[in-house]
Amino acid sequence: MEFIRNFPFFSIMLSMFGGIVSPVLPERAAKWVNRAIITVVGALSLALLLYLLETGESYVYMMGHFPAPWGNEIRAGVLEAGMALFFCIIMLLSMLGGAHKLLTEVAAEKQNLYYILVNLLLSSLLALVYTNDIFTAYVFVEINTITACGLIMIRETGRTIEAAVRYMIMSLLGSGLLLLGLCVLYDLTGHLLMSNMREQVAYLAANDLYAMPLLVTIGLISSGLAIKSALFPFHAWLPDAYGYSTASSAAMLSSLVSKGYIFLLVKLIYRVYGFEVFHDSHIVNVLFVFGLMGMIFGSLSAIRENDIRRMVAFSSVAQIGYIFMGIGMGTQVAMVAGVFHILSHAATKSLLFISAAGLTDVSGGSRRFEDLTGAGYRDPWAGAAFTAGALSMVGVPLFSGFISKLLFAQAAVQNSGKMLPALIVLGISTILNAVYFMKTVIRLYTRVGAAEKSGRQFAGRKLYVAALIGFMILNVVLGVNSQPIVDMIGQGLGMFA
Amino acid sequence: MSKLKSREEYEKTGSFRFWRWLDGRRDPYVGQVEMKPQTPVETPELTIRERLRDSQAVRDKVYDIENNKSLNFFHRVYVLAAIVYCVGLAVILLAMVAYLPPTGEADRPVNNEVSARYIESGLQETGAVNIVTGMILDYRAFDTFGESNVLFAATTTVLILLHRKKKNQDGRVEELENDRLLEPKRDAILQGSATVLVPIIILFGIYVILNGHLSPGGGFSGGAVIGAGLILYLSAFGFERAEKLFTEKLYKTVSFAALTTYCLAKSYSFFTGANHLESHIPLGTPGAILSSGLIFVLNICVGMVVACTMYTFYVMFRKGDF
Repeated sequence: MEFIRNFPFFSIMLSMFGGIVSPVLPERAAKWVNRAIITVVGALSLALLLYLLETGESYVYMMGHFPAPWGNEIRAGVLEAGMALFFCIIMLLSMLGGAHKLLTEVAAEKQNLYYILVNLLLSSLLALVYTNDIFTAYVFVEINTITACGLIMIRETGRTIEAAVRYMIMSLLGSGLLLLGLCVLYDLTGHLLMSNMREQVAYLAANDLYAMPLLVTIGLISSGLAIKSALFPFHAWLPDAYGYSTASSAAMLSSLVSKGYIFLLVKLIYRVYGFEVFHDSHIVNVLFVFGLMGMIFGSLSAIRENDIRRMVAFSSVAQIGYIFMGIGMGTQVAMVAGVFHILSHAATKSLLFISAAGLTDVSGGSRRFEDLTGAGYRDPWAGAAFTAGALSMVGVPLFSGFISKLLFAQAAVQNSGKMLPALIVLGISTILNAVYFMKTVIRLYTRVGAAEKSGRQFAGRKLYVAALIGFMILNVVLGVNSQPIVDMIGQGLGMFA
Repeated sequence: MSKLKSREEYEKTGSFRFWRWLDGRRDPYVGQVEMKPQTPVETPELTIRERLRDSQAVRDKVYDIENNKSLNFFHRVYVLAAIVYCVGLAVILLAMVAYLPPTGEADRPVNNEVSARYIESGLQETGAVNIVTGMILDYRAFDTFGESNVLFAATTTVLILLHRKKKNQDGRVEELENDRLLEPKRDAILQGSATVLVPIIILFGIYVILNGHLSPGGGFSGGAVIGAGLILYLSAFGFERAEKLFTEKLYKTVSFAALTTYCLAKSYSFFTGANHLESHIPLGTPGAILSSGLIFVLNICVGMVVACTMYTFYVMFRKGDF
């Protein structure tokens, strides 16, 4: 076996070890260990991605001395490696961009704890991406949930504690439903390994055995993961959790944590149920409807919001709705669009959260729109970054959001049954997006006085500006160079089957 | 030759005390145990007013409960939706149970080659007499590593929420007094029974951990037993004595050492397993205490993590500091 095939295992273990070692390190060392680990894991994932693109087929990796149905196993394909690489890039940029806020918003003696959580979060995301075993997936869903709660409340204000409690309740409800679904599924198939479950599910579906419990498991698993990733009617925890936590936490929660769950759902759809069985269950239609509702109601809430961070958070509800609309359309093309939107939304939303932190800093810490007037002149870098993110969210060409909307529209046109609602809601949602994002951008570039020109300079904020530039480049790359990425996603989804 | 004891000498003997206690003339626990419930903490009126004002401010300024129509609407809909959701879920799950494979039948899907191999060759392959331990720490050791990291993450989160550094001298005194209000202290009965029980409990916990591969038990259950013993010791003797043993440094060292050992040991095993290399770890004679290869070590690691987690949770919730 080639050495490079060990890389997924190295990535998971390295990030876990980073979490274990952080409490005994001095704070500065913990920070650099964290950054180094994210970078190394990203590099490993990149190497793996190139290797997999070359060989063109996925492989399974035995965790231990026992082969598949008995021991643990992880699996790497193009989509997994690409996702891991992407998650590492976003996480690194979020940590760099939020570093200065972290110093002021998190108590000095608790900084180490933050890095523990971030390392563990990375390991759980990697495990969710690479896993080939539903119980492993559940264990790492737990880690993901707990670390996410910690990331919210480490900035100790009343609002974050309240938000963390709310998040915990909703997220544990989601975990519980997921666990129920997985238990019943195990009862029906007798396996925990995805490949074996797939065979068994196909057998059950072909012979029409246990049809009702199978349908219930699909419902439980989809709704559990939908609650955890804040699909529309279950989004009440989201605005506070994203709106009040520290900047890097908000960026990671919105772009990584919720996306990890969605990726797990995609994986379960393809690797456990098989696309056809999932599609025939009609649960997809429920996801589709809730996705559409989320696209509209999320945007409407965002328009009414008078707090820039909460507005960006509400916009996440709408964007999660897009992704579930893609899953709910029930075609391969739409699924590709959905997965692309995971990438596009992750890159954009973390950019928006990080740049919003800079904009509020120059407005006396206030996040209300009237105080933010002209902030784009006071902090040119953050202003430019926010504008780029807003354009991407609205779907202006050259940015990543345009490509995902294009893909969704193409997918909708090919789907006769759902074309009309999908296209109409896509149109309405785009207009609503434009309303609240352009309103914000115009306000950022409205001069309030002549003495505003001072401008925060590049010096002393190198990391922050570098992170913003990195995010913008990522957005433009996704927007301009989309075809290879879309092909890669298609290839990766093909490997799932 | 008999010798008459003087009254003073007689009063020192055990039998004198025993008879006096039997007569009911003397209770050895007077002054040693808490006879009456503690007086509740009196909150100064100013603090109460402040709290009321704060909660009123939250209601008025943050949420504006009286005038916030959407919030009130939301609350009502939320309650209704929650009821509908719960009832619906219960009905669906109950209906589903009827369709599940019947329990106890031989041809259920779960009775397949997976469990067959665990039962038939678990002993030879893992060296553990206790098949469950063999399953969680050898066949599926990656999941269990994740599980111990769940505990580690949970402890970290609790530390974030509840850890308060020691303040100045005054603050410390106040905390000790507060602690006094929560638990009986210097209670002869509690201390006496703790003196007897704590060593036994901790020994039993160690036994459960060390025999995890031979008999029911293992790291998780044994660690919980040890944690319970530590908590009993702390409740009986208070923080001053518990702190001599269990400090923040000890917690960090133990959890770091245990998790690192687990991580490195299992990484070695995963790496050799996946690359089809010889693992060089002897399995030993099944049934001997030093057998079953890594399982023995991993059980100890898991046990230490669990014990630390339990004790830390208790300490954090009670005082907020080690």
